[in-house]
Amino acid sequence: MVHDLYQEIILDHSKRPRNCHTMANATGQADGYNPLCGDKLKLFIRIEGDIVKDASFVGSGCAISTASASLMTESLKGKTREEALKMLDKFHELLTTDTAVSQDLGKLVVFCGVRDYPARVKCATLAWHTLKSALTNNAAEPVSTE
Amino acid sequence: MSTLSSVVAPSFDVEKIREDFPVLKQKVHGKPLVYLDSAATAQKPFAVIDAIRRFHEVDCANIHRGVHELSQRSTAAYEETRAKAKHFLNARSKDELIFVRGTTEGINLVTSSWGRKNVKEGDEIIISAMEHHSNIVPWQMLCQEAGARLRVIPMNERGELLMEEYAKLLNPRTRMVAVTHVSNALGTINPVREIIEMAHKAGALALIDGAQAAPHIKVDLQALDADFYTFSGHKVIGPTGIGILYGKTKLLNAMPPYQGGGDMIKVVTFEKTTYADLPYKFEAGTPNIAGGIGLGAALDYTNALGIEKIAAYEHKLLEYGTEALLQIPGLKLIGTAKEKASVLSFVIEGIHPHDIGTVLDRQGIAVRTGHHCAQPVMDFFNVPATTRASLAFYNTFGEIDALVGGIKKVKEIFS
Ligand SMILES: Cc1ncc(COP(=O)(O)O)c(C=O)c1O
Repeated sequence: MVHDLYQEIILDHSKRPRNCHTMANATGQADGYNPLCGDKLKLFIRIEGDIVKDASFVGSGCAISTASASLMTESLKGKTREEALKMLDKFHELLTTDTAVSQDLGKLVVFCGVRDYPARVKCATLAWHTLKSALTNNAAEPVSTE
Repeated sequence: MSTLSSVVAPSFDVEKIREDFPVLKQKVHGKPLVYLDSAATAQKPFAVIDAIRRFHEVDCANIHRGVHELSQRSTAAYEETRAKAKHFLNARSKDELIFVRGTTEGINLVTSSWGRKNVKEGDEIIISAMEHHSNIVPWQMLCQEAGARLRVIPMNERGELLMEEYAKLLNPRTRMVAVTHVSNALGTINPVREIIEMAHKAGALALIDGAQAAPHIKVDLQALDADFYTFSGHKVIGPTGIGILYGKTKLLNAMPPYQGGGDMIKVVTFEKTTYADLPYKFEAGTPNIAGGIGLGAALDYTNALGIEKIAAYEHKLLEYGTEALLQIPGLKLIGTAKEKASVLSFVIEGIHPHDIGTVLDRQGIAVRTGHHCAQPVMDFFNVPATTRASLAFYNTFGEIDALVGGIKKVKEIFS
């Protein structure tokens, strides 16, 4: 049922997104856009040494994309650049394959229900695509899920 | 609510009509399908499905160039659709009706052929604030190429065009006014007769995008006096990949061909080609024969029901739906023009349309969410997207009740 998609944590983070603000001392930022639903996201990160010290976002989006951005920013803090990129791959795998749910994703496993809603995969991955762009620093062009 | 439907339209037996549409009988996610996305594409009756099948099974041949029996049959059936479309649109002559892929190609044919020849630097083209991208982008491309200026008739908060502003935009440099008859995002029925008359007085031509009008209201080309009018077969219960562009004979004759190839010629030598007469001059190559024949069956089906009866029934549905949706707290209709057809576009405070669409889908209710290929309309209403339920004559009052129930469920989940 539809509750497999909209699990409690997702609903909570969509209604009360964490880290939902701009960041004055960001070291990287990027814009993401999902033309399918008009979701727009601006992501900020602050990296010191190789560690993500802080991450935040602003934007407008559906419950899935908002919750995904919120949970992503939470889980990024303290990770190295490389660890963050690895999480991205794992997250993508979680949404698009039927393999066992990865243990390393922590709370992010709540998004596994998205698998059964192919039209919504892009909503869940928007924040992560944007993260990749912020980390790899080719943020001149907004990333698009299309 | 079947009692209500029989009171308002005693001669309109929607349950019997639904028997003709096989798609409607299925369950989706375990619930009876409630199809409210006919503005995107309409469902097809057996009459259309059978006509296409019959063509492939019995009459299949290329048209216009065979002396053999099958080619005669397929040519006759295909050309018969032109005659049916003439009747459907009340056009003067069937030679003014050109087969195209759909509305998009109809508009592109005009911008490419008429536009490149007639639009020059400093000229102006007028469109409106509620156009589908297919009636924006081709004009924009033409204007860029020619150095012409694109001007836009604004609208009010209800989604009605501001006619006084339109009057001010018209001037001696205006070459073309291209406006939609009915808005796909808002449902507004525009006063196109007046729009065309004003364009003509200013010495400009008028193209009307009939994609959302042809399925829902009577189109009378002779009364409208449009210079160009176009619609898509798939929105009038016909197949995809076929549509009609109407153009006045005088204009079409003066226009260069759109594409070159077979079927659009009289004589070809390596030095020179003489083009075919109307309408074939604009129909290069083997067309969508099956689609054309299917469209003929669709127009027959629509005519048998009667477009006026369809319009009356759909209007009752729309009124019923409007009232029902307005009872839902936090729901705001986008598009509340006095004259509307078929479309219930809405937003709900705090809930994204994409989430609404997913939850409704799991209840078997098919609606469209997004910008409906009308991003400037979304910008005007300052929303990223809307949820759109669009109605057809095979929808029932009960399905509107199901939509309302579905939205209540959405609100439960997200409140
Ligand atoms: C008002 C309007 N114009 C043009 C089009 C484009 O039609 P098609 O995609 O069939 O070419 C549509 C289809 O959604 C429409 O609603």
